[in-house]
Amino acid sequence: MTYALLFLGGIMAIVVWWLVRQTVNVKPWMEQRPVEIVDGEGALPLPSVKVGLGVFLAVATSLFALLISAYHMRMMGTDWTTLALPRVLWLNTGVLILSSGAMQWTRAAARRGQIDGVRTGLIAAGVFTFSFLAGQLWAWQQLNASGYFVATNPATAFFYLLTALHGLHLLGGLWVWGRTTAKVLRGVEVRKVRLSVELCTVYWHYLLLVWLVLFAVLLHTHT
Amino acid sequence: MTSITHDESAYAPPAEVEEPELYHPKTFVGKYIWSQDAKVIAVQYAITAIAIGLVALVLSGIMRLQLGFPHVFSFITPSSYLQYVTMHGMIMVIYLLTALFLGGFGNYLIPLMVGARDMVFPYVNMVSYWVYLFAVLLLVASFFVPGGPTGAGWTLYPPQAILSGTPGANWGIILMLVSLAFFIIGFTMGGLNYVVTVLQARTRGMTMMRLPLTVWGIFMATILALLAFPALFVSAIMMILDQALGTSFFMPALVSKGQHLDYNGGSPILFQHLFWFFGHPEVYIVALPAFGIVSDLISVNARKNIFGYRMMVWAILAIGGLSFMVWAHHMYVSGMNPYFGFFFATTTLIIAVPTALKVYNWVLTLWRGNIHLTVPMLFAIGFVFTFINGGLTGLFLGNVPVDIPLSGTMFVVAHFHMVMAVSPILVVFGAIYHWYPKVTGRMLNDTMGKFHFWVTFLGTYAIYYPMHYLGFLGVPRRYYAMGTTVFIPESAQTLNEAITIAALIVGAVQVVFLYNLIWSYFNGKPSGPNPWRATTLEWQTPDTPPKHGNFGPTLPVVYRWAYDYSVPGAAEDFIPQNQPPGKKTGGLEKTPTRASLVHKRLPLRASRSHSAA
Repeated sequence: MTYALLFLGGIMAIVVWWLVRQTVNVKPWMEQRPVEIVDGEGALPLPSVKVGLGVFLAVATSLFALLISAYHMRMMGTDWTTLALPRVLWLNTGVLILSSGAMQWTRAAARRGQIDGVRTGLIAAGVFTFSFLAGQLWAWQQLNASGYFVATNPATAFFYLLTALHGLHLLGGLWVWGRTTAKVLRGVEVRKVRLSVELCTVYWHYLLLVWLVLFAVLLHTHT
Repeated sequence: MTSITHDESAYAPPAEVEEPELYHPKTFVGKYIWSQDAKVIAVQYAITAIAIGLVALVLSGIMRLQLGFPHVFSFITPSSYLQYVTMHGMIMVIYLLTALFLGGFGNYLIPLMVGARDMVFPYVNMVSYWVYLFAVLLLVASFFVPGGPTGAGWTLYPPQAILSGTPGANWGIILMLVSLAFFIIGFTMGGLNYVVTVLQARTRGMTMMRLPLTVWGIFMATILALLAFPALFVSAIMMILDQALGTSFFMPALVSKGQHLDYNGGSPILFQHLFWFFGHPEVYIVALPAFGIVSDLISVNARKNIFGYRMMVWAILAIGGLSFMVWAHHMYVSGMNPYFGFFFATTTLIIAVPTALKVYNWVLTLWRGNIHLTVPMLFAIGFVFTFINGGLTGLFLGNVPVDIPLSGTMFVVAHFHMVMAVSPILVVFGAIYHWYPKVTGRMLNDTMGKFHFWVTFLGTYAIYYPMHYLGFLGVPRRYYAMGTTVFIPESAQTLNEAITIAALIVGAVQVVFLYNLIWSYFNGKPSGPNPWRATTLEWQTPDTPPKHGNFGPTLPVVYRWAYDYSVPGAAEDFIPQNQPPGKKTGGLEKTPTRASLVHKRLPLRASRSHSAA
């Protein structure tokens, strides 16, 4: 549980630090302060949806941190075996990096107001993401073919669980991506999709990071 | 969309959020069923939570019948007894208290108290309720599947939770775990709303330090829940896989009913870690909103500002931070390393410090206050008593050498019912009596309310005080019947009968409360907009009950904190948060002195410590 504790400790420390900073030195019972002094105590200078996404990413981080903790605790069992990870995972990782890059490129296009760039970028990101998911399924298939299904041993069980949960998060992102792409294809203005594109970009980078961490954990503990 | 026309005042900070696009329903269904109005969603949450809570109340009554009068009721079998225990615990903790405090009070109070028109993501908020309802229905469905609901105890410990000897090991446990997973998904949707609304949708002038403590409590509890529920989610998914696909996350190699099972090497302790990593913060998820609400009830009814507002806020933050570091004190008997035990005992005792601070501050707020013993105030004071009692036995159980002999006895049952069942439920009642007039425009009946309070308050002591003694005698919890147990005297059974009678009376009296809710809706005295003469924004709405959008054409501007009661020189003994300074109708001077903020009757010495707080 050390990992989960560290992650959550970190998140809670940020939350508490930020809130204490908001509250220290404030005497609300004698507060009749002019406008300029209270600047910085208001809302964050971000759209609410972005703050919402940030909070959601904290929740998802908690989920994956707990899974990694559980993984390490279960590894100590005597029945733990190491797997030969399917090679295709390297390819998938590359594809996911490409999808994240395409999102970044879309975001830049949206900032410049180029609807063509946004359209191309979104479609490319979608294609790469779906390829990644197909590749993950292929990795499952390979493992399955070599005789390792979910219940074969704890290492495979964790492999399927981690990849499935990561894939489900990506599918959730693809739902927002689908709505945004549909809007773009219907020909709405760039400024109406800019926020969605920015949210998708942040989410894609986040899920890339999660995958890199998960992959590193898997590589570290398997051959 | 209504436009904001704020009046300009040098003393109000700039607007903190732009006007949201509100959803405007036209049909009855859009207004009251598929509603995106946080106030309607709140009532939906509350009604669902109370309904499923009543099921759990009946289950506890059946359990008490078995314990008080064993072998009398043939429909209670050892299996069904365990199922009642499990469902009672899980429903009360998750589906009633968590849902009611955060989904019910959170939805109703956050937008109104921070001066927002609605939650920031109304659609997600609506979906949150329907996912919650679905989770509740799945849970209820488990009563009707083959084998019935799970009887694994509310902690659902493997391996026994999914072994064939445990009731509901096939359908029941799966439905329970799936229901929990849906509950968590639904809660996460709601929780995002509560946190982001507090951060982003506060009205002009509502700085974090001008928030009422109710909002602080719900806000911090939501953060805890968002971070802690994933632990339950992970363990639920892993246990579903163990049960359905035969993985061995938690299941060790074992022999059940003479048969070697296919499981191998799993770790039940891993489940305990994950479960309590959620389970302990859960205690504070329920307690922090209660702390916040009680602070406001006491301040309003003592007509005095809350003692040590900043300290109260910091205590909430400290409790929230610490609550993630004490989980293993539920696992002292799992054979952990003694050094871990020492560590967790220490953190457990440390968390008592901010908690005790809050208790002192409530008592000091009452000190020399102009106390009005209204029904909400009775419940609030009842809470303080009960919470102190339950908290003190928590200090016993937080120490390893005391916990080990008491663990698994009725002492533990008595402790956690005092501290996290009776205490929060007293606050729930107090809060309902307090805010019902805002929700319906009518007061709840006072006589019925007082009767409800006294029977509930005294009755719960009649139930749980003797239970501590049963624990000392070594009476184990979760047992269907004692059989012949040499070390437990006959009198324990007499005590059990008395407890059962008290429990049935307390349970029956809740009908009076429900009747009051319905009767007063039609016949209650009209309350007017602000029956308690309170300062917070929800009482300053132009309509009671507030209409969709809460505040009419203009959002309120906040000029002061939420606790300006009995301010010397003011025309009335409360100054609403949205009243500008220096108004003839009883506002403050432009630059108030410390002394002017202190209650008239306080001597100088008290006023000094008061300001320092």
